[in-house]
Amino acid sequence: MDILYNADIIVVGAGPAGISAAISAVRLGKKVVLIDRAKYPGSKNMYGGAVYSEALKQIFDEKTLETLPYERIINSNTWSFLNDTGSFDLTYNNSSSKSAYAIKRFNFERWMIDQAKKEGVYYVPNTLVVDLLDDNGYVVGVQTELEKYYSRVVILADGVNSFLAGKLGLRKEFVPKDMILSVKETFKLDKKTIEERFRLKSDLSNGVAKMYFGGLKEVKNIFMMTYFYTFKDTLMLGVGVSLEDLKRNRLNINEVLDEIKEHPDIKALIKDAYPVEYSAHLIPETGYKKMPKLTANGVIIAGDAAGFINSVHFEGTNFALISGKLAGETAASINDFDYSGWNLSQYRKKLEKTFIMKDLYSYRNIIENLSKRSGSLSYYYPKKIKEFFEIITSANCISKSSQIRKFSFSFLRDRNITELLKDITTFIKCGIDIFFGK
Amino acid sequence: MDDKTKKNSKSIQDKLATIKYNCDNKSHITINQNKCSKCKEKVCTFICPANVYKFDETANEVVAQYENCLECGACRISCPKQAIDWHFPASGCGIILKNS
Repeated sequence: MDILYNADIIVVGAGPAGISAAISAVRLGKKVVLIDRAKYPGSKNMYGGAVYSEALKQIFDEKTLETLPYERIINSNTWSFLNDTGSFDLTYNNSSSKSAYAIKRFNFERWMIDQAKKEGVYYVPNTLVVDLLDDNGYVVGVQTELEKYYSRVVILADGVNSFLAGKLGLRKEFVPKDMILSVKETFKLDKKTIEERFRLKSDLSNGVAKMYFGGLKEVKNIFMMTYFYTFKDTLMLGVGVSLEDLKRNRLNINEVLDEIKEHPDIKALIKDAYPVEYSAHLIPETGYKKMPKLTANGVIIAGDAAGFINSVHFEGTNFALISGKLAGETAASINDFDYSGWNLSQYRKKLEKTFIMKDLYSYRNIIENLSKRSGSLSYYYPKKIKEFFEIITSANCISKSSQIRKFSFSFLRDRNITELLKDITTFIKCGIDIFFGK
Repeated sequence: MDDKTKKNSKSIQDKLATIKYNCDNKSHITINQNKCSKCKEKVCTFICPANVYKFDETANEVVAQYENCLECGACRISCPKQAIDWHFPASGCGIILKNS
């Protein structure tokens, strides 16, 4: 078939991976079309709350980055274990750090698309790609609801549900275990109150991120994390729960969100703030072990569509930006018109040299292992932390030695000893995976 | 419906009221009722963060209020019978997030 190509490269999906791919390809002199189903940039997109500057620096120069419409720099991180009445926190502050930005996706994607358009990317919003076009086993373009667009390579950056990769048979069908479901509420609160409450400067040069473990009273065996970010005049509070755990417990995630909002620590964060938006998103946990085939004839997959995230550290946008960049560069640097999957598989080799494949490998078992011990993490240890701090803070007129002895032995008495051994081996396994990772 | 479910349903309704949609007049969700009739778990009726799915006792079928969909995709993956054909809404339709 003689094909009249509309572009060298078509990118499906205008999130951080797709836009980054489009920009990287256009810079190498290719004609690039970026197609997105949303009417407005970023209006379908949702995330925890941070875009990381190192990844941005690898794509944009300093002068361009000065125009980034961020709301606050996130440079205070707290990890907190919630028990029924209180919490144990670890906070790390670094007021000079500029490694993470709180940005609303509606602003971030619009900004990125503006840059892409300036560099020559042809952006087509409001357009759903329903299928891929095939010619002799090669993907040669996309079928939108209205028309066909032909290109030599199609980059799939269509997000976590990655329908198109599924259609091509590049990945296995998803099961609940592969996904974390997350819901988030955005709350409005005036800027000054946010700055007073979280002791932030008014020049937006600092902001806080908090991650919470535990905090549920009734359900004790689900793997969940709660996250919180300060924006300029909004706050974001969300929870993530394994889809498998929700299914098994016949639990709706909004119940989890509402219950966590009743915890005194969380209540204090969002006091007097009123809700302005509610959103939901899946987080891929397919990771290294269930990674899709990343390239096929005429196709490359990037970002969430490939399951590129590290949920332990709330990293996703950096994986998307850099994998998109490598996908765009790979597609654009093919000169001999050989767009076979074999030739495009340089993409995977490039990924293997970066943190993306290395971290995915090192963390390949972590979430699976930790979620097996979810009862310990979200319920038992927060409770034990509470007991320990009650001993050292309550001045209860009982000898310290006897209390600490009793507390130490309680680890053996509270539960079946095998539970403790399972926890220990899990933590050692996780440690070994990371220490001896790539 | 028990009290807990009622309370949650009200809470979801309040949250959904904060969201802007550009509604399509055609549903992007197709349900295979034959499969649903054999399904005991009815996972869709509790898993959806927007409470899109309800079981209509009189009609004996699962109905989807697709207009409220948050476009996460949890329903499709957690359906034990693969009875939910969930796709993205048509071009430009569906949820419009501005603060997420």
